[in-house]
Amino acid sequence: MTKPATDLLTLPRKKLRVMNLLWLVVLIGGLVVSTQVTNTSLPALFANFGNFTEIFVAMAKPDWSYSGTVIPLVIQTIKIAILGTFFGSIVAFVYSLLIARNVIKNRLVTAVLRFVMNIIRTIPDLLLGAIFVAIVGIGPVAGVLALSVFTFGVVVKLFYEAIETIDPGPIEALTAVGANKWQIIQVAILPQVMTYFISYVLYAFEINVRASTVLGYIGAGGIGLYLQQTLQVFDYARTGTIIIIIIVVVVLIDYISSKSREALMR
Amino acid sequence: METSYQKLVPQTTNKLKVCWHWLIAIAAIALIAWSFTDMDFGGIKASAGQIAGAIFKGIFHPDWHYVYTGDGEDLVSELWETMCIAFLGTFISAIISVPFAFWSAHTKYKRWWSARLGKIVLAVIRSFPEIVLALMFIKAVGPGSAAGVLALGFHSVGMLAKLFSEAIENLEEGANEAVTATGGSKWHIMMFATLPNLLPALISNTLYRFDVSLRSASILGLVGAGGIGYPLIIALQYRQWDRVGIILLGIIVMVVLVDWLSGWIRARLV
Amino acid sequence: MAATTKPMIECTKVSKVYPDGTVGLKNINLKIAQGEFVVIVGLSGAGKSTLLRSINRLQDITSGEILIAGESITSARGKALRLLRCNIGMIFQNFNLVKRSSVLRNVLTGRIAYYPTWKTTFNLFSKADKQTAYEALQQVGLADKVYSRADELSGGQQQRVSIARVLAQNPQLILADEPTASLDPQTSRKVMNDLKMLNEKYGMTVVANLHSVALAREFGQRVVGVRAGEIVYDGQMSDTPEAVFNDIYNGGVGKGVAQS
Repeated sequence: MTKPATDLLTLPRKKLRVMNLLWLVVLIGGLVVSTQVTNTSLPALFANFGNFTEIFVAMAKPDWSYSGTVIPLVIQTIKIAILGTFFGSIVAFVYSLLIARNVIKNRLVTAVLRFVMNIIRTIPDLLLGAIFVAIVGIGPVAGVLALSVFTFGVVVKLFYEAIETIDPGPIEALTAVGANKWQIIQVAILPQVMTYFISYVLYAFEINVRASTVLGYIGAGGIGLYLQQTLQVFDYARTGTIIIIIIVVVVLIDYISSKSREALMR
Repeated sequence: METSYQKLVPQTTNKLKVCWHWLIAIAAIALIAWSFTDMDFGGIKASAGQIAGAIFKGIFHPDWHYVYTGDGEDLVSELWETMCIAFLGTFISAIISVPFAFWSAHTKYKRWWSARLGKIVLAVIRSFPEIVLALMFIKAVGPGSAAGVLALGFHSVGMLAKLFSEAIENLEEGANEAVTATGGSKWHIMMFATLPNLLPALISNTLYRFDVSLRSASILGLVGAGGIGYPLIIALQYRQWDRVGIILLGIIVMVVLVDWLSGWIRARLV
Repeated sequence: MAATTKPMIECTKVSKVYPDGTVGLKNINLKIAQGEFVVIVGLSGAGKSTLLRSINRLQDITSGEILIAGESITSARGKALRLLRCNIGMIFQNFNLVKRSSVLRNVLTGRIAYYPTWKTTFNLFSKADKQTAYEALQQVGLADKVYSRADELSGGQQQRVSIARVLAQNPQLILADEPTASLDPQTSRKVMNDLKMLNEKYGMTVVANLHSVALAREFGQRVVGVRAGEIVYDGQMSDTPEAVFNDIYNGGVGKGVAQS
């Protein structure tokens, strides 16, 4: 309120924001460099777009007689996803209790275990699949193991964050009445986090169903195997059948799972 | 002092609810048990432990020569290529995602079926396997990282546009109303209220997607769409465990660094 | 101005029923002349906000008609509606600024209806309008914040930015929906003084919803009392006894003061 209203000033020039400019330079530089490194050129894409749409058109005329062959492997795929979710969640459950700082007070233990967790979280699902295929051989077991590790990485972080955000009051109350660690977990912690846990497991299951559909491509069991076979012999009608079935199954499971998560959180 | 205590009355339970809970629990256990059928856990190769040990040993005794050779086929250049694929792919998908997000966001400005349709389209894009998309682009632009970029660019739209549209739905109505009250058109509302309010969410979600895309980019090489995945699958096939070790190490370091960097940028954004 | 002969706002038999059956407004008849400073008082949920938001059609009414300076806003569509709104400024309880945009850009929002769409898209505001916006900011004492981001300002400052936005818009009518509800008493008086300045200096008609009886008594020329969607009192502030306020705020079951 220093200036009297009668004496109006002219608008000063806007100061240049150096940081904004810097971000813009980083963005444009990144675009130029990455376009060169990856040799991406849109003209090349449009020139060959015919090939792309050709495949699409071929896939749009699915070979339904093939679906009888596909269904058993789709079921195997779902089994892989269920088992992967199951094993991964159980390990993650125990592990998350060990890295939650309001359960384990020893900072060194939690720090080391969290470091291991963060490393496991970085490895992508298919990479885990490739490694487990090399270890245990081709087959669904490799898929189950890969998804178990992958699920662990997804849910363990959500789990321990849920544990750390609970109301600390009940823990103190139980410590005060002389409860041991397991009693505290059982009475003060689990009731507060269980619905979250179940919801996260369902969420991981959704991701796993998606992931398991392609695991077979590298030999880790499930429908991905036929995906690879049909693509290798350019039988796009059959590829189309597989993809449509995959999409229907995935969207359906997603829908059911997200609805049950909503019901759970209510 | 005399008090007569009342006897403890058994807790009144909602029978239907308890039944439901038991039913769900039994169904879940049955599903898991069913999943074990036809699963041949006994068939694990006898050499499994040995190979696992070899890979583990490889991580601690990596093939350091592979890190940089200068011929463009080494770890550093492959990782760099992977990052470039993720960067460009994310950028393309972010641009495609904006119109898709406005289409599928459920706002009061349009009819419900339009948003519903948009959401279904996004769900289908999300469910279309990335690897198949990569193979299709390989047919179009030839094997190499360009196919990876395009596959990522299109596949990520499914998830990114979903996140964007959720951000649009969660937007506060206030600023939009203020622009409406001054006589602004729908376009004005978008340019002056919606987009500026939305920008942080867009950037934050795009950065998050970059983290995810980086992981995807490192496996696209498995099908020949560029990046670190290709040398990895070759090393696995030829049982060069020390090379597998250094590649895994490289991927882990790259992902951790990028996660940290994007987390740092996102934190500064808020 | 042609509008001098016609009332600024004329509501005839305005009713609003929400989709869930709640009655928002019941048969409202209200005339507000050019240059008046009207305060609308009533309990929360009485329909004050609904009434204001119906006047510039942020909400549609179920039946009746509202005329703004003789033109019907109820039947206006598209461009015509936007031009009518252009002449009505609005101040909100929650300020409704675009938090991440600069103060200047927020004030310029008041001018957008005067520009073709392509110009605003590329941020091509004229120098004159930028100056207008800056002058508006000086009037409310926020000249030094012109390039700050809106969310860096305190609540009272944000509300004054929204007053500057209205000033830049230069309307004949200002609707203020609980402009002081999120502010402390001292800042509230500052904001009300700014509104009074707009009324006295620029002859803008002001219609304000107020919660606080003290502020209403101090600034209002005319009082309109609302209860359960109906107008239960209408009179000049100087002839209004304290009992009327007690009646409006304490329910006064069944013995509503007669409409004047």
